[in-house]
Amino acid sequence: MNSGGMLYNILSLGVPFSVALLLASLGEMFNQRAGVFNLGCEGIMCMGAFLAFLPPYFLKAGAWAPYGNLLGFAAAMAAGVLLGLLFALVTVTFRADQGIAGIGLQMFGWGVAGTLFRHYIGGVTGVPGLSAWAIPGLSRIPFLGGILFNHNPMVYLAFLMVPASWYLLFKTPWGLKVRSVGTAPRAADSMGINVNRVRYQALMLGGAMAGLGGAYLSLCQARMFADDLVAGRGFIAVALVYFGRWSPLGIMGGALLFSLAQTLQLSIQVGGIKFPYEFAVMLPYVLVILVLSLARKARMRGPSQLGIPFNREMRY
Amino acid sequence: MKTAVEPIRELKLAGITKRFPGILACNNIALEVRRGEVLALVGENGAGKSTLMNILAGLYQPDSGTISLNGQPVRFHDPNDAYARGIGMVHQNFMLVPNMTVTENVALGLKRLHRFMRLDLKDARRMILEVSARHELPVNPDAYVWQLSVGEQQRVELIKTLCFGAQLLILDEPTSALTPQETDDLIDRLKRMSAELSIIFISHKLNEVKALSSRVAILRHGAVVFNGVTADHSPADLAALMTGREVVLPRNEGLDLGGAAILSARGLQVRGDRGHLALDGLELTLHAGEILGLAGVSGNGQRELAEALTGLRPVESGTVTLLDRDLTNRSPAVMIAAGLGYIPEDRHHEGIVPSFSVKENLVLKDIGTRKFSFGCLLRLREIARNAEHLKARYDIRCSSTAAAGGSLSGGNIQKVILARELAREPKALVAVYPTRGVDMGAQEFIHAQLLARRRAGGGVLLISEELEEIMNLSDRIAVIYKGRILKVVPSLEATRERLGLLMAGVADE
Amino acid sequence: MNSFKLGYISGVILLAALAAAGTGALVLTAVGASPLATYVTIFTGPFKDMFGFTEILVRAVPLILVALGIAISFRSGIINIGAEGQMLMGILAATATALYLPAGLPHLVLLPLVLIAGAAGGGLWASIAGLLRARLGVNEILSTVMLNYIAAQFYTFLLRGPMIDPGELETGSGTPQSMRLPHSAWLGRLVPGTRLHMGLVLALVLAAAVYFLLWRTTWGFRLRAAGAEAKAARYAGISVERSLVTAMALSGAFAGLAGAVEVTGVHHRAIENISSGYGFAGIVVALFGALHPAGIVPAAVFFGLLLVGADMTQRSAGVPANMILVLQGVIILAIVSAKMYLNNAYAQERVRRFFARRPALEPTQPGGKS
Repeated sequence: MNSGGMLYNILSLGVPFSVALLLASLGEMFNQRAGVFNLGCEGIMCMGAFLAFLPPYFLKAGAWAPYGNLLGFAAAMAAGVLLGLLFALVTVTFRADQGIAGIGLQMFGWGVAGTLFRHYIGGVTGVPGLSAWAIPGLSRIPFLGGILFNHNPMVYLAFLMVPASWYLLFKTPWGLKVRSVGTAPRAADSMGINVNRVRYQALMLGGAMAGLGGAYLSLCQARMFADDLVAGRGFIAVALVYFGRWSPLGIMGGALLFSLAQTLQLSIQVGGIKFPYEFAVMLPYVLVILVLSLARKARMRGPSQLGIPFNREMRY
Repeated sequence: MKTAVEPIRELKLAGITKRFPGILACNNIALEVRRGEVLALVGENGAGKSTLMNILAGLYQPDSGTISLNGQPVRFHDPNDAYARGIGMVHQNFMLVPNMTVTENVALGLKRLHRFMRLDLKDARRMILEVSARHELPVNPDAYVWQLSVGEQQRVELIKTLCFGAQLLILDEPTSALTPQETDDLIDRLKRMSAELSIIFISHKLNEVKALSSRVAILRHGAVVFNGVTADHSPADLAALMTGREVVLPRNEGLDLGGAAILSARGLQVRGDRGHLALDGLELTLHAGEILGLAGVSGNGQRELAEALTGLRPVESGTVTLLDRDLTNRSPAVMIAAGLGYIPEDRHHEGIVPSFSVKENLVLKDIGTRKFSFGCLLRLREIARNAEHLKARYDIRCSSTAAAGGSLSGGNIQKVILARELAREPKALVAVYPTRGVDMGAQEFIHAQLLARRRAGGGVLLISEELEEIMNLSDRIAVIYKGRILKVVPSLEATRERLGLLMAGVADE
Repeated sequence: MNSFKLGYISGVILLAALAAAGTGALVLTAVGASPLATYVTIFTGPFKDMFGFTEILVRAVPLILVALGIAISFRSGIINIGAEGQMLMGILAATATALYLPAGLPHLVLLPLVLIAGAAGGGLWASIAGLLRARLGVNEILSTVMLNYIAAQFYTFLLRGPMIDPGELETGSGTPQSMRLPHSAWLGRLVPGTRLHMGLVLALVLAAAVYFLLWRTTWGFRLRAAGAEAKAARYAGISVERSLVTAMALSGAFAGLAGAVEVTGVHHRAIENISSGYGFAGIVVALFGALHPAGIVPAAVFFGLLLVGADMTQRSAGVPANMILVLQGVIILAIVSAKMYLNNAYAQERVRRFFARRPALEPTQPGGKS
């Protein structure tokens, strides 16, 4: 395969591959802006992936079949909201350590998804998923058309979430509250804002988006479900928020960068280049570590109350 | 915030009681404020003043008691309720979001501007400018809060509370971070505002109380011990009522014990947390047998100086010399071994390990010495014995030396830190705000200890916000301004006015 | 400790346990298993015979080792989620040492070398995350999690490639596993006829050693101070950076040792899925044991019971093995939630006041000051 073709492959695959990361990471951005980091994002994505898979699988043949995908996405988002709520209960109301609680949630989500999968489905089966929907006109642009405008509708939706998130965070009263709660919760509290309620809301929104990201993985990307489908993407999504400096545009850039690392891995194999499979799979994880190491300054500009529970009655 | 419907003619507090674990913060308190009055709430630190005001502002719930406005009982579940009735508070630590503009900060609290998906900042901006003009509080609505000085931030806080419709203003230690001139300025402004508003202000500075208030209430250990007209009493009377006895703080006798230079800083350039140059060519010399006071408005580099001297902050250029040894940029362990003592600003998180026991905290720095460890092994009996000895000598009030350090009161934590530092007989001692938030009894004790250190030949660098403390204890007073020592004044020649000007950056001739 | 405080603590723990068990029961019902029957099988099944009983201890050994390391790291202020990957690296190092050192080395020389190599492998792998945190401030949870994935790939690569048993290639079955370790590198059996090995003794000795290290030496004092309050530790002259790196390396060494012990004591060769989640379970055991060796040993036995019991339910009732992950996750959430209430004097006060309003339940001693 010539290099031009390979580049086209990498780029046109890179865009849809970034969707799961993008959705989960945008959700996590709201969490972190409000002062909470949710490592359970990985577990929520697992649950979302599994629950999204169920309706199309069971409704394959039947009157409800066309609604299968829609129900799947809805189920995934609902699960995300519930798990976000659970996490909020533990970290906001009970004020537990967010890092460890996140790992607990991850184990829980991963475990439940795997358990239910083994019981109800058992083997690896596929679903038709969503098909590509080429944007008329734009998709005919040479080279760029195929890369940008010939994807399934979820891809377009996900990228539309970028400006939507920006607006929500910076131009609405709720966004103002979220930003204040993550940096100066005492100030927000003194002005009558219910800090814990805002954090609950952010975590539920974040959970919904993570669930949606997981749903994308099983319905649109892999079109099946397996135990190791999510493979750490939830953790990468959390890291991406630091990388993207808590802004939607930065996160979008990060998501694209990471998905390129993954498509690079695929292209290497397809292209027949001699490179051990396992090392190629390692790439995205190594990239995360590199990115975290280089992102020193970013840490200073993040929400300063990130990770610290709010307690009005604390006297110091 | 909804704007108050009814003007406040009278506010009454009756039987207010509030408990925290192990502490009775408010004990059956009764107070009243009438329209146009300025009530000063006075008491030592820990007397319960802030807690009481937080209850009034809706942040805490009283365990029992009633608040009534214009004769009607009210209950404030959160600050919204308080503001809805016209009560607003300016806290000692400003309640502002640093990375948002002044307008955004005010808009955050103005609920009626919050339409579902749109944020209307224009309305907020207009309000800010109106209030600013009416009460002569100049401010730039589009500035980010982190860009503003402390005085400007305070103005923003005042404007904010007024925009939220406050008719009764509560001010918690409003002058703690201001220069003497800014303080006078604020008092004038408040006097003018009291024509329209009622004001309750918390202070432990009795001269301000005399200058501003019409009535004064004194709290001691959570109970009201006095409630009367300010004009009828002198500051001395009020001080006696505050502490319950005659307190005369120890003074420096003034005998010149000055010896060789033990600690000096030359041309120090140190960066602060935000990357700016906190110290810019600072020169300082501390001699044996003297107390050198460092006066200045907080935020001019005091913390960075203390950290640079003790090895906790890197020095970009310049030197730190201790007993003729160049110890610039050496680790804290080296500084400690060389004979430097340090009483830090953040006693709760820097001075002690809150979860460690008192006896462990007392040996925090010396754990590696032969006295407390045998090779690698800890000598637990020695550690315990040392703790008992220090507990008695320094009058540390705790249930036992095995109690967690963090469970002690602020004054006792300070005594633990003091005990640890002084027991090592440091040649140079850097004390940062050593009596902040500590009651007068403990203050007396700490001052006596510092003077004792001076007599024993040690040098003490006393960094403090309280001019009176500095003037009472120091042999010489250095004024720090924008990262440099503006001038060093012998204590005998120092007056409040002169120091005030220097602290504001006005170099005298 | 007055009676109210005791009641409060028991109450919180009981509530947490019920919440965990209840959530587990929900999931079990969703897969059509009876929660009661499952829990009964889990808690009583393994005790039916000697083999089951020793199996509990077999599982407990790596759990103790990993949890000891986690306790060291958590108490020093650095959170190690990378025990899975560190175990794998330890296994690789131990296996390589056992296989590639000259044959004929006596047992008493080879075995310690193999174990040390395992500890070194895990320790070095963990040091990466430790250094990244100390020097560059990289969040260690994220870095250790990433390192887990990387180690897993590396492990598979070696087992499928360079380290694969030549016998597999000959017979063409291609199972990714290493050659069998020479007998001189095996950990001896404690109870004949079972899988219980000398690793148990090693684990218990190390538990005592960790207690001694953390609470009776200056070194441990400094580690704990750095973990409890970094600012104060720095002020007192303790190098927090060095503490973090040391603690992380030690933590990884324990995990690597756990891997080496599994390889030399149980499986006798490196195989796929050898770590079977001990790295994560170890974290739960450490938390459950309140990060103290005296708590970790019984907690590890308890978890060994859970693991063996879960295996049994999989075989008998068809409850999928992932269920153990569910239980672990729920237990973590319950523990960290309960922890806050146990340490919170203010919450305790509010509960006391709530009960004090009902005279019938008034405790005999006024609470408040603790």
